[in-house]
Formats: sequence, structure tokens, C-alpha cells
Amino acid sequence: MYLYDEIDQRLVNERVAQFRDQTRRFLAGQLSEDEFRALRLRNGLYIQRHAPMLRIAIPYGLLSTRQLRKLAYIARAYDRGYGHFSTRQNLQLNWPKLETVPEILAELATVQMHCIQTSGNCVRNITTDHFAGVAADEIVDSFVWCEIVRQWSTFNPEFSYLPRKFKIAINGAAVDRAATFIHDIGLHAVRASPNESADGAAPGEIGFRVIIGGGLGRTPMIGYVIREFLPWRHLLTYLDACLRVYNRYGRRDNIHKARIKILVKDRGPEAFRREVEEEWAHVKDGSATLIPEEVARVESRFTRPAYKQLAARHADFDSQLAADKAFAAWAKRNVHAHKVPGYAAVTLSLKKTGVPPGDLTSDQMDQVADLADRYSFGELRVSHEQNLIFADVEQRDVYALWQALRPLGLATPNIGMLTNIISCPGGDFCSLANARSLPVAESIQQRFDDLDYLFDIGEVDLNISGCMNACGHHHVGHIGILGVDKNGAEFYQIQIGGNQGETRPGARAALGKVLGPSFSREEVPDAIERLIRCYLEHRESESERFIDAVQRLGTDPFKAVLYADLNQESPGRERQLAAA
Amino acid sequence: MPILIKNRQVASDSWRLLSASAALADVPTTGDAIVPLALWLAHRAALASRDGRTGVWLDSHEGPETIAADVPRLPLIAVNFQKFGDGRGFSTGRLLRERYNFGGELRAIGDVLRDQLLFLDRCGFDAFALRDDQNVAGALAAFDDFTEAYQASVAQPAPLFRRRLAAK
Repeated sequence: MYLYDEIDQRLVNERVAQFRDQTRRFLAGQLSEDEFRALRLRNGLYIQRHAPMLRIAIPYGLLSTRQLRKLAYIARAYDRGYGHFSTRQNLQLNWPKLETVPEILAELATVQMHCIQTSGNCVRNITTDHFAGVAADEIVDSFVWCEIVRQWSTFNPEFSYLPRKFKIAINGAAVDRAATFIHDIGLHAVRASPNESADGAAPGEIGFRVIIGGGLGRTPMIGYVIREFLPWRHLLTYLDACLRVYNRYGRRDNIHKARIKILVKDRGPEAFRREVEEEWAHVKDGSATLIPEEVARVESRFTRPAYKQLAARHADFDSQLAADKAFAAWAKRNVHAHKVPGYAAVTLSLKKTGVPPGDLTSDQMDQVADLADRYSFGELRVSHEQNLIFADVEQRDVYALWQALRPLGLATPNIGMLTNIISCPGGDFCSLANARSLPVAESIQQRFDDLDYLFDIGEVDLNISGCMNACGHHHVGHIGILGVDKNGAEFYQIQIGGNQGETRPGARAALGKVLGPSFSREEVPDAIERLIRCYLEHRESESERFIDAVQRLGTDPFKAVLYADLNQESPGRERQLAAA
Repeated sequence: MPILIKNRQVASDSWRLLSASAALADVPTTGDAIVPLALWLAHRAALASRDGRTGVWLDSHEGPETIAADVPRLPLIAVNFQKFGDGRGFSTGRLLRERYNFGGELRAIGDVLRDQLLFLDRCGFDAFALRDDQNVAGALAAFDDFTEAYQASVAQPAPLFRRRLAAK
């Protein structure tokens, strides 16, 4: 955990006081709806379908058990006893009362938490790899860099009224687990070659590949590499240059064309890059240039697990894997390698069938906190796939942890599998949605409930969004489902071939292709099953994943099976299709 | 007349603000006047020689490079906020101060609300023509909403991390 110093804490406290006064002025009629909207959004407060929705920041997804217990308490005292973990590693409460939000913020501040810039046209929560600090392929600990960028972005006076929201992801490992190509800015740590120096980098120096203009939503785009190597000390001045160009020239006349990706596209990536470089030439080496002392200071404010000296493999762990098939099946999907011998990272699946993806009750939060205290140094992470991670579990404790997680409903062995669905809250909660997404997720999970079948299918990312704002990241699901409204009825468009990023070498970030006319909700599980059958028939081996097969074969074979019996369908079905 | 805050105090205002459509004939021959950019660019010599000081106001989309050459001679530059949520003026302010070394009065005009004042201040604005409905006492208090800041800015050229180090 990053531990606040006196100044970090003071700023959060001052924010609480500021928002308390803003809320008071709004309730007293001294602030218009419009003016208050801009202020409440940057404190995470939306006015939603049923009630306000409050988005609590979990900076880069890292939580202490003390914080999780506070979240459990807040959800219980101010809401309906549960929360929803989002794809941006935040927690959303769906039922708070507007006038109690200042109190909630004050509660959060007591555990070094807040809702700062979780919405609004400003730089949002910085997201990262949920295995930061423990992955074997780590280049840098991305948490340190996330915190440095968090401080730069927090109450940034120049960039607080941007044309539109701004999302930054930082990846510190060799493979991309932070989806850096689908963010406004993605930063991917790289180490300069030990021999030659590029861009003024010292041999072996740490820097970042800078990716700009990616994003999902109405106009999905894969980001453009604007700079192959940015030496670490220039990180903040380069961000200043990027944001300044965007702040000055991003479109403000049309909310749907206001993201930086549109500016990059309109200017052309190369011209945009030159513009940024020109601006950067003015601010480069200025006072915002990072210094090693600051990186070391931030690093030193993170608590670190006191790892024991252990053997690489614990004998009990191996014998438990051999003896208990169900445990082995879970461990294969939900337990991950750790860079420290004798330890493992464990994913707690929030994707049990029948539970909305990412939801956790207050009671579960308390129980998870107890387990994290016992087995993982009192910390946990939220992943952008809406699961929880215990990053530092001793191998010999994994079995006991699994046994404790099962009765909590948090041991579904489906990480990386088709039922590990990313989904937005959809039309059940969100006023923007065109269609419900939670019942669709549940019906697919039910269809693929048989674990042997699920394991045989292997790795599939299935993502669902209830509208084109794409909070469920449907464009980058290997299978993506988008809820659409057709003359007042809910329909679902299916696409395949999307990929969130280079989660394994060679598989680049890609946007899915829509296969054809959309389906009614009842038809969706069948449609998914057809796609899966098609894949199983065509795959070259079990190691060829669904996405690999789509990339090899193209979408045609899948399209053919999906719409094969179109002509034999009832007239009603044809009418639906025509309408779609 | 909007209430003017200057250097964090209510101040009297000697400047007359001319609208975007003003012609040269509309500019008073004496007294201080703030003219729109287009008028300034078209009649720079005539305006500079009038009996009274002349300032220029930039609209939200008009960047500081448009008056780069004149910056050293201008006593006042105003930046218009068409809407409080339009943040371009924050960059304009910083650029005028940091890149063009503008030393005169930098005034925010238009949709200027108390909740933007502190950020404007940090971006180099020292004068604020408040929108008519704004509570003056509240606006003056808003400068103290936050007592510290992480970033480098016009108001505090050293980012917090450099000052933290120096304080050690």
C-alpha cells in the first residue's frame, strides 16, 4: 500500500470540505444543476436510473483490508449492503443518497480513500496490471509509477476541464495486462538496450513506450505508439505536453467527438505526434522533470510484504493438487505464478453464475478482508476483469484459502474462461444503457455451467456492454456482446476477434468484428454456443485458443454457423432480423 | 458591472470591456478599454495611440500565439470563458505567463465561477470578473479550498516533489 503523508491526507480532507460546501450550495439552490453536475461528477457522483451512483476510487486497484472493511461498512450503512467492482478497478455503490455523499467521502478519507476524479472531464483513476510487483516478467513495479502519475493528475489546475474524460493505464511487465492500447494514454515500461542509447536514454535505463488515442465507446480505436522510448524522468513533462495539445485543440462542440482519439485521428497520428513533440520541446527539462529522489520517496512509502525464505515448490501444495481434483481444477485457472519462491497469486472470482459480475456484498467484503489478513499480508487488488486478487499467498496456504473461499462463493474456477464475463451493470441500473447486460451474462454462465466443457473450451474473454459507451469492453472481448435498442426492444449484437492487448506475446490488441444482425436476449446463449462449437470443430489443437482460431480463420466460418438456418426460421424471426 | 476580484481582494475596475462585435468607433477615446482580439489585430496602431490604456481579450478558442508579439507591451490580457466547463483558458493562462512571460494583469472574464478560481489562480490569472450571480465572500474563500498542490504551476513553479526534497 502507498501510505499517505501529511500533505496527501490534507488534500483529501480539504476535498471533503470543498464537496460538502458544494453539496450544501446545491441543496440551497445556489448552484444550478449544470454547475453542480460538473462538480459532483469529479467526485464520482452520478444521478442514475434509480438513485445516485457513487464511484469510489481504488487507485490502481490496490486495497488494504482496513480499506475494504471501510467499504463494507459504507455499503452497509449508506447503501444496500453491496458494491460493484468496475473495469476501471473502482467500486460503485448504486443506491447512496445525494445528501449523505459528503459523509461517505469523510468516512473514506479516514482510510486514505476518496472519489476524486472518478468521473468528469479530467484525468481518471490510473489503472494497471493486477499482478504488479509480483509477476515474474516485471520490468518496473507499476504501482510506483501509477502513484507518481496520480499525484500529477490530482487537482491538476490546467487539466481539470478537459474536452472529455481521460484514462491512463500503466503496464510495468513484459506482457500487457493493463490494456494499454485501449486507453487515452497507455504507458508500457521498457528497459533501454544495454548497448546503444536511443532518445538520450542511458544504456539499460527505464522508460516508457507511449501509446495514445486508444479507446472504446462509440468510436473504438486501437492506440498509436507516439513514442517508442520516453526516459522515465521525462514522464510528467511529456504527459503535460500531450494533455496541453488535447486541452487546447480537442473538440468541445460535440461530446461524442471530444475524446483524444478523435483529435489524433483528425490530425493524423504523425501530425499529432509532431505537435506534441513541439510542445514538449518547450516544457522538457522544466521543473516537472522527475528526479530519482522522488521515485525513491514514492517507492519507500509503499508497504512491502515481509516474504519468508521458502523453497520454490511446497511439497504439501503438490500433494494437495494431486489428491484433490476440484482443487487442482481451480488452481489451474485461479492460481498464478509469483516471482518470489514459495508464493502464489490467487484470483477470487467475482463471476459466480447468478451473481452480477463484479458484485460483492458487505458481508463478503468483511470475510475477504479477514482472509487477506490471514493469507496475503492484509492487501488485495481489484483487477480490470472485475475480480479480486490475493497477490502474496504462501503455496502451503493455498489449499486452506480455497476451502475458505468455497462457502463464500468466491472459488469459481473460471479465470480466463468463458464464464469470467466482464459486464457493465447495464439497463438494470444505468440510465445510459440500451439493454440489460446482467441477465445475458447469467444466461451464458448457465449454458456453460458444465466445468469439463468449460475447461475444454479453454481461454475465452467474453465481454458484455449494455450500450455503445462500452463500459463492459465488448470491443475487446474475444467474444463481444453489445446491447442495442431496436424500436424499444432489447437486442444484442455479437462480435468476435477482439483482444484487450498482448496478454501473451504475439497476440496484439484488436477490435472485434460484428458478425451480423442482432439477436433477442433468449437467442444469445444459443448463438454463443454455435460460435464455440465452430471453434471446437476447427481448432488445430487444444493450445489454439478461440481468439487464435478467429485470427487464423477470419470471421466467415463463424458467421456461416451463426446465421446458417436463417432461411428456415419463422416469419417472426425474419421480421425481428429485418428490424435489427 | 461584474464584481472584480484582483489579487484575492475585491477591487474597483477602471476597464471598459468591449464586446466581440465592437468597431473602432465604439472604443472610447479616453480611459482604459479591453478590446476583442480581432479589433486589436485590425487597428493595433490606432488603439495603441489612444489616450488611455488598451488591453485585449481572447475568446476561448483564441490562443496566446495570436498576440505573441504584443505581449510585452500589453498592460492587460483577458481570457473569456464562454462556459465554465471550457478549460482551454487554463492553458492560455499558463502559456501567457510561462512561455510569453506576460507580466501584466491576466483577467478571467465570462462564465467565471467560484469553483474555478483556485485553478485559474494557479494557472496565472490574478484578476477575476465574477459572473453576476456569484457570492463574493464565497468566491474569496475559494482561494483557500486547498492549501497545497502537487503540480508545478504559475503560482508555484516548483512541483511538490521538489519542495518536499528541499524541505528535508
